[in-house]
Order: sequence, then structure tokens, then C-alpha cells
Amino acid sequence: MQSSRTRNFKLDWISIILFLLLVGFGYLNILSASASGEVTSYFDMGQPYGKQLVFIGCTIILIVLILAIEAKFYERFASLIYLISIISLIGLFIFGKNVNGATSWYAIGGMTLQPSEFAKFATALAVAKYISDLQTNIRLLKYQLKTILIILVPAFLILLQNDAGSTIVYGAFFFVFFREGIPKIYLIIGFALTLLAVSALKFGVLPSALAAAFIVFMYYFFMQKKRKSILNPIFVTLVSIVFVFAIKFFYQNILQQHQQDRISVWLRLENDPEKLEAMKRDITYNLHESEKAISSGGVTGKGFMEGTRTIGKFVPEQHTDYIFSTVGEEWGFLGSSLVVVLFVFLIVRILHLAELQKSQFSRVYGYGVASILFVHFLINIGMVMGLIPTIGIPLPFFSYGGSSLWGFTILLFIFIKLDANRINEW
Amino acid sequence: MRKLLLFLTVLFVGLIFVGRLFYLQVYAGVSYDINEDNAIRKVYNYPKRGYVYDRNGELLVANQPSYDVMVIPREVEPLDTMEFCSLLKISKQDFIKSYKRANNYSPRLPSVFLAHLSKEDYAVLSEKMRKFHGFYIQKRSLRDYQTSIGANVLGFIAEANRKTIEKDPFYKMGDLIGKQGVELSYETELRGVKGVKYIQKDRFNRDIGPYKNGNHDIQAEPGKDITISIDAELQAYGERLMQNKRGGIVAIEPKTGEILSLVSAPTYNPNLLVGRERSKNYTKLYNDTISRPLIDRGLLRMHEPGSPFKALIALTALQEGVIDEQTKITCKHGYVYGRNNRKMGCHCGGGIRYLNNGISKSCNAYFANAFRKTIEKYDDAGEAMDIWSDHIKSFGLGNFLGYDLPIGKKGNIPNGAYYDKWYPDFRWGATTIISNAIGQGEVLVTPIQLANMMAAIANRGYYYTPHIIKNIKGSSIPDKFKEQHHTSIDKEHFGPVIQGLFDVFESRGGTANFLKVPGIEICGKTGTAENFIKIDSVRTQLTDHSIFVAFAPKDDPKIAIAVFVENGYYGARWAGRISSLMIEQYIKGEVTLKYMEKMVLEKSLEEEYLKPYSGQPFKINQ
Repeated sequence: MQSSRTRNFKLDWISIILFLLLVGFGYLNILSASASGEVTSYFDMGQPYGKQLVFIGCTIILIVLILAIEAKFYERFASLIYLISIISLIGLFIFGKNVNGATSWYAIGGMTLQPSEFAKFATALAVAKYISDLQTNIRLLKYQLKTILIILVPAFLILLQNDAGSTIVYGAFFFVFFREGIPKIYLIIGFALTLLAVSALKFGVLPSALAAAFIVFMYYFFMQKKRKSILNPIFVTLVSIVFVFAIKFFYQNILQQHQQDRISVWLRLENDPEKLEAMKRDITYNLHESEKAISSGGVTGKGFMEGTRTIGKFVPEQHTDYIFSTVGEEWGFLGSSLVVVLFVFLIVRILHLAELQKSQFSRVYGYGVASILFVHFLINIGMVMGLIPTIGIPLPFFSYGGSSLWGFTILLFIFIKLDANRINEW
Repeated sequence: MRKLLLFLTVLFVGLIFVGRLFYLQVYAGVSYDINEDNAIRKVYNYPKRGYVYDRNGELLVANQPSYDVMVIPREVEPLDTMEFCSLLKISKQDFIKSYKRANNYSPRLPSVFLAHLSKEDYAVLSEKMRKFHGFYIQKRSLRDYQTSIGANVLGFIAEANRKTIEKDPFYKMGDLIGKQGVELSYETELRGVKGVKYIQKDRFNRDIGPYKNGNHDIQAEPGKDITISIDAELQAYGERLMQNKRGGIVAIEPKTGEILSLVSAPTYNPNLLVGRERSKNYTKLYNDTISRPLIDRGLLRMHEPGSPFKALIALTALQEGVIDEQTKITCKHGYVYGRNNRKMGCHCGGGIRYLNNGISKSCNAYFANAFRKTIEKYDDAGEAMDIWSDHIKSFGLGNFLGYDLPIGKKGNIPNGAYYDKWYPDFRWGATTIISNAIGQGEVLVTPIQLANMMAAIANRGYYYTPHIIKNIKGSSIPDKFKEQHHTSIDKEHFGPVIQGLFDVFESRGGTANFLKVPGIEICGKTGTAENFIKIDSVRTQLTDHSIFVAFAPKDDPKIAIAVFVENGYYGARWAGRISSLMIEQYIKGEVTLKYMEKMVLEKSLEEEYLKPYSGQPFKINQ
């Protein structure tokens, strides 16, 4: 019989080691991306690399705290944590500090805190708590709507602070819902609408609507065994048409110019190759430079602190959202693939652990953690490599920034604590 | 399935990312080259190109600064084209054309946008250059010729072409490279080491400091000065003598193999191939297909050697033991041979000929006999011909000599196999190929090979590979130029032949008796080579080429010379006179044969050269 003490601390070291590797490697790249000239002191508080070291130091304290707290605490106080988080987001409208057009920060002393980074784990806890409630049946529309409301509140508040990128992250919860049993039709609808939206922008409204109608009717006439009312396909077609127009309207009238441009470059909406090149160079300058930095790394990279484009600060915001371009330039194909592999391992590991959980709360939360990390990974690295339009969100554990590092650390380590505790449950 | 959705999506995205990285970094990404990194500014410092001096220390080629406007197309930002064009004094069309050409070559690498700015334009432009991103001024050094002679020897430099740049990474677009003459032969010595400073730039195109503390920088090293073996005074004199004539003069110092003068006529002024007008002038010279001034006739003009070859016929016959000094024949104005009593004519006047007066009177019959005996010494004509051929080739004929100028011709010395191929089903013999005995037939040589042959005779049996380099500052000339090449003829056989060559001048009936230079003992041999061209596909004979070879003084040879004058008629007429004048000029430093000099300088052969183009029937050998 094991003592309860050892049982309490059956930590998943694989996740922790992956976490440490990512944070450590991230720090090296921040050092490289933010250092200008000789590094006189690694603790230079005027420089991002100096601050990041302090952030990492604080993270250790955070981890100890999180692991020290009773696992039950997180489930019991999930709603309260969520409430505090929402209040902190609302408070931004009064006390918030505007940086680069987004009112997402509290300035405390010389430090800034970004509550939206903490809202992610709070929302994940709240969602887990709600879904795992015995009364909740996620298969029913009523409960689906209520769960979505939990997500929409912080997402909407963040959108109002003009931080569209962080809002998109809340879409991650779709994976959680799907795992917990929402009908598959949502997946199909979601997939179809995404396709339709992209097609509407790329090929125009009318061809997309026609194609949608064609597919729907083909399905109706040839695939369905039991033919239902003809009104069904007509209705679906009408919805598609409205959606297509809505997307076009949304793109042209609601999206801001820079957002339009990003999508335009991504979908190659400009046909003239020279103009496209010019757009790439001027409008999506960051992307242009980050792609060049990455490809200049070659197989083995130029070496730590030796990236000429990094030294020349060709990629703006390189130590934050574009940190992966430093990896690409200085560590080459080998180094950047390693980072991708580490992330995939970490996410898969969390998914694996989540499936092992006995309590639904822990499982849902674990899924939330994996989904949020995945969406960040997908959007950030995809953006830096030009695979998806520019959306400015950080790369977990990697990008410079205290709030982001702490937010993700809390997110991950609450789950590690929950997982460590699973033997004590029942 | 619900459990797998996210899991599979994560794996899928991971794979896509690695694939994208592979595409960006391995597939599309070329291996890193600092020269192509636009985060690093490359500042080139072109060192002084080595000077060229003549053997007496006279400066022939120096440098002058030149400023090129360079462009890196992808770094160009929108600019005030009107202002830029007016500063450069070019039209907008020129601008577009130059820009496109540069962009076609490479958007990443610098190209020359406008070459060779004038000093005034440079002064104005250099202040405003900052305004035009992607453009900069590159200083280079162009050649500054201190002389108007020796264009064929000195060669020229010009922008390296794409092929060279691809082959040798040392050269970048717009770099100058030796293209001909010593500029090409000694390019590596003359060019020195190009200095490069690597400077880290930031995204605003500002310099933020040396790249890696300048560890990768390359220090410029000036090119080495070279001294060439040409005697500028002699060269200038030779070029003067060859004015209005076509042909070549090659003079070699037998004791060293140094080329004292290498004249090709017509020639051009080396200053024509410098600066902005270079390519225009070059095209003009290149397109002159009648007088072909770019062809170095001293090195490239292959011709039948004519009578000077008789010296070698004599030497091989002596070596093979088929004649000696006392061997005599009676010349009956020709040599009759073969079943049908074919006759080779002779202009020596007829009578009894020994080796000595055979040479001095250039008796065809004597050498036809000597050659025939050499070949008929062996049962197999092919074997005999091989032996004969090897003797001749040991004088540096029939193959590239290995001198240090970039062009040349092999010439031709036939051997047994050559005639076996020529007459596949016919047993050829000495009489079949008897024309070789008098330097006609299948034998072909270049003037420098003839001069070298004379040097070998002057040295009584060896020669040094002719070379143009005398000294490289701070290093030595290649060892192969210090090595004696021995002929396969024993030393004792040279005495009588040299005596014969001496009597060409000294004896009463000698063919060059009137070319004697007071106070200098010259050995030489006249030569006259028949030649034909096709006019409207009709084989037409032109006036004979005038050939002369000589060395002097007889017992302490200081100069060996070969002169070739196209369509100059008999050997002594032009080539002989020029040869004597050159020898006197070189040995005495002045010319006393004023009447002869006057005649050579004044008489032009242009009329002769126009004959084949006149479309009218014409007379030759007048």
C-alpha cells in the first residue's frame, strides 16, 4: 500500500519535461531576438530577455502553489474563479491601458497584466464544471446554449477590447463539446460553413452559392435513401445563400482594412503577381519577413544568436508573436521541426491523460487545456509560416510576456494537479 | 471517433507544419550564402590592379579610378526617376532597360546599372546617392595605358561575363577580369584580393555594425606588379615597321626564352578598350573581318614555313648520318624525282651544292635530296617519317609551345600515321611527300614557333619555353620557364648549319647578302611561301608570303627572330629587311641602315591586300 503522500504527488513528468523544454528553448530564442549587441547582463530589466527570466522565476513559484493546493479546490471554486476573471475583463473598460489599439492591459507599477490570458483557464474550469454537473446533458440544445454562453461572455468582452485574435481562441471549446457528445451534425455544419466562407471570398458569392445548392440537391436526390420533404434542401440552400452574402458583407463592411488585407493576401485574392508581391511586402510586411527569416535558416540554421535577420530586427514583434521565425532562422529545419514535435507531443500527452481521467470534470478540463494549446499552436505557427492569415496571438510557453506565460502555466498545471489526484478520487 | 477528432487534427496539423518547414527551409530554401543575405551589406574594396612594366622598367600599364552605379533590384524603393535620370544623364528608357536587365540577372545580387561615371558626374551623384535605396556607387580601377603599343601582348580587362561568375565565385557582376594577353594569363597575380566588409543592416536599411565583429571580412590585398619580357622600344619599333603591312614579328632572347617583342599587324591602340567606349570599340575591331586587328598573327597565323625549314632538314639529315658537310649534289635548276620524272624547281642558279652553299643559296634540290635520304634510310617510310617527325618536334614545332599567353595554334608536323591516313591504299614514299623538304607540303608553323626554332639553333640544341613574364613582384616566375628543352640533334651538327645560315648574309650569293648589318654577325634564312585562297570558289594564288628567320650575334646570340609578312613576296624583300632592322635596333639601340628603314616605313602593302577583293583579275609576285 502506497502512502497517501506519494499518491498525492504522482505527477506526470512527461508533460512537465515537455513544458520545461518549451519554456527553456523559448527563453533562448527570446534572448536572441531581443538582444541587441553584446549581452552585458542576463538580468537586464530593461530588456525582454531579462524580464522573461524573472517571469520564468515567478512561474516556478506559481507551479509550487498550484500543486500545493488541494485538487478539489479547482472544481469547487471554478465558478468563483470564472466570475473573478469576468470582472477583471469588465474592469478593463474602466482601468485598462491601451497598447497598440487594444485595451487589454492593467498597468500595475511598471508591470502590465493581460487578464484575457488568465480568462482562458478560468473559462476552461467553468466549462468543465458546468458540463460535469450531473444535471447537464450536453446533447440537449438548452444545455448547449448555456455552455456556449459561458464561453461567449469572455469572448465577447475580449472582442470589445479590440483583441480579435484572442477571441478566436475560444473556438477551441468546440473540440471539448464534440468530445462530450454534441451531435455530429455540428461538425459537418461547422466544416461546411468554413468551406463556404473561404469559397465565397476566393471564388465569389454567386459561384459559391450555386455550388452549395448543387451539392445539397445532388445529395437530396441521389444519396438519401428515404427522401424527405423537398423543403429541406431548399431551406439549406437558402441558408447557404444568406450565409455567403453575410460573409461577403462581413468581410467588406465589418472587418477593418488591415484584417481584410491579411485575408486578401492569404487567399491570394489579388491576381496580379507583382501587386501581390507588393502587398506581401508592404501590407503583410511581418509575414513576408518572417517567412524569409525562416527559409534563410535552411536545414541546420545559422546558429544561436547568429541569425542575421534576427540581429537586424527584420521581423517586428519577433520576440512575441513571431518568435517562431527566430527558431526557424537560427535553428533551421531541425530545430523548428523539433518545436513542432514537442508541441504535438505535449498536446497528445494531455489528451491521453484526459481520457484516463475518472472524473468528468478533470476530463473536460483536460480537453479544454489540450484544445486551447492546440488552437494557439495552430494559429501562431500557421501564421508565422504564412499558412493562415495573420492573427496575433502568442505561442504558448515560447513567446515573450508574463501574462501569457503565467496564463498557460496555470492552465497546464491545474490539469497536472488534477491528473496527479485522479488516484485519490472515488 | 469522438475521442480521435482532436488527436488526429493535432497530428495532421503537426505534419502540415513540418511539411511547410521542409518546403520553406529545405526545398525552396537555398543553402545559406552570406553574399545573398540582404540583411548583410557587402562593401567591396577593389584593390589596385598590378602594374605592368617592360623589361627595362618602363611603366606600360597603370590604373585609373572608375565609378559604376550599381543596383540591387529588390532593395530599390520608389524614387524620383526624373531626378535620378538627370543626375546620371540618361533617358527614362535607358533607366527602364538597365533596371530590367539587372532584375533579369538577379533581383538579389548587385548588377552594374551604369558603368564608368565621369569624375564630375560622380562628384554630383555621390552626395545624393543616399536618397536612392538599392543603388550605390562602386569604385573600381580601370587600366590606364602609358603607351599605345603592345595591345596584343597586354590584352585588356572587361566585365566578367555570367559564365565566369557562375564558375568562379570570386567574381561578381560588374567585376573586371583579364580577357586577353597578360591580363588574362596573369589575372590571379594582377587582380590581388578583393576586400569585403560585411555589415549587419536592420530593416530600415541602416548599418548597425560589423557582422560578427568583422570576423568574416576579407582584407583587400593589392595586385602584384609584373614585369614582362617585352622591350617596349623594340616593340614600338617593330610596330612602326609593320605599319601598312600584315603579319607578325616574334623576337626571343635565346638564353632565357623571354619574348622580346611580339608584334602583330595591323594592331590597335590599347586605350581603345578602356572605359565607356570599350564595348563599342571592341565591336568595331571585332567586326573588321578584313584586317582582323584582334588576331595576334605572331601567335595564331599558321603558315607553311618555307625555306627556313631547310635548316631543320639539314640538321635531321646530319643527325641521321645520311649526309655530311662534304655531301654534294649538282643542281640543274631543280630536282627530278619519281617515275614520271617530276621536277621540283630551284632558283639557286644551279651548280654544285654542298651543305654550306645549299643553305646560303637556298637550293631546293640539295634539301630534296637530304630529305629523301633521311626517309629512305629506313625500309619503312612510315617508321622513317616518325623518326624525322620526332626530330622536328623536338624544336617545339607541331604542338603548343606552352608559353604564357592564352592563345596559340599547334601547327602541323606530319608523321607516318598522318600519311597512312592520307594515302590509305597507296604505298607512299619520300618522293610523295618531298615538298616537306623545302617547308611546303603539310608542314605548318606559327611565327612564334619559328622564332623558337631559331632560338634552339642559336643555343646549339636547346631552348627555353618562350614566355612573356620576366618578374612577378613578391613571387617567382613558373619553374617551367627555367627548364632547358633539348632537341634530339647532337650539338656538333649545329656548327655547319649555323655556318650556312651565317653565309646567307656573308657569302656573295647568299640570299640575304644585301641585308647585312655592319658590326653584327647575323645568321638567318629567307623564306617564301606560296599561298592560295578561294575567290568565288576558284582557287587563286596570291602573292607569296615573305618570311625571314634569324638570330644574332652568331657566337653569343642575344636575339632570335621570326618575321612573317603576308603577301610580301620573297623572303628578303620585307621580312628580311624588317628582321635586320629589328636586330640592329635591339643590339645597337639605334638603326644605321637608314635607307632600308625609310623604304620599309614608307612602302605600304595595302594595295596588295585589296587585290583579292577588287573583283578584277590581278597579277601576283610583282
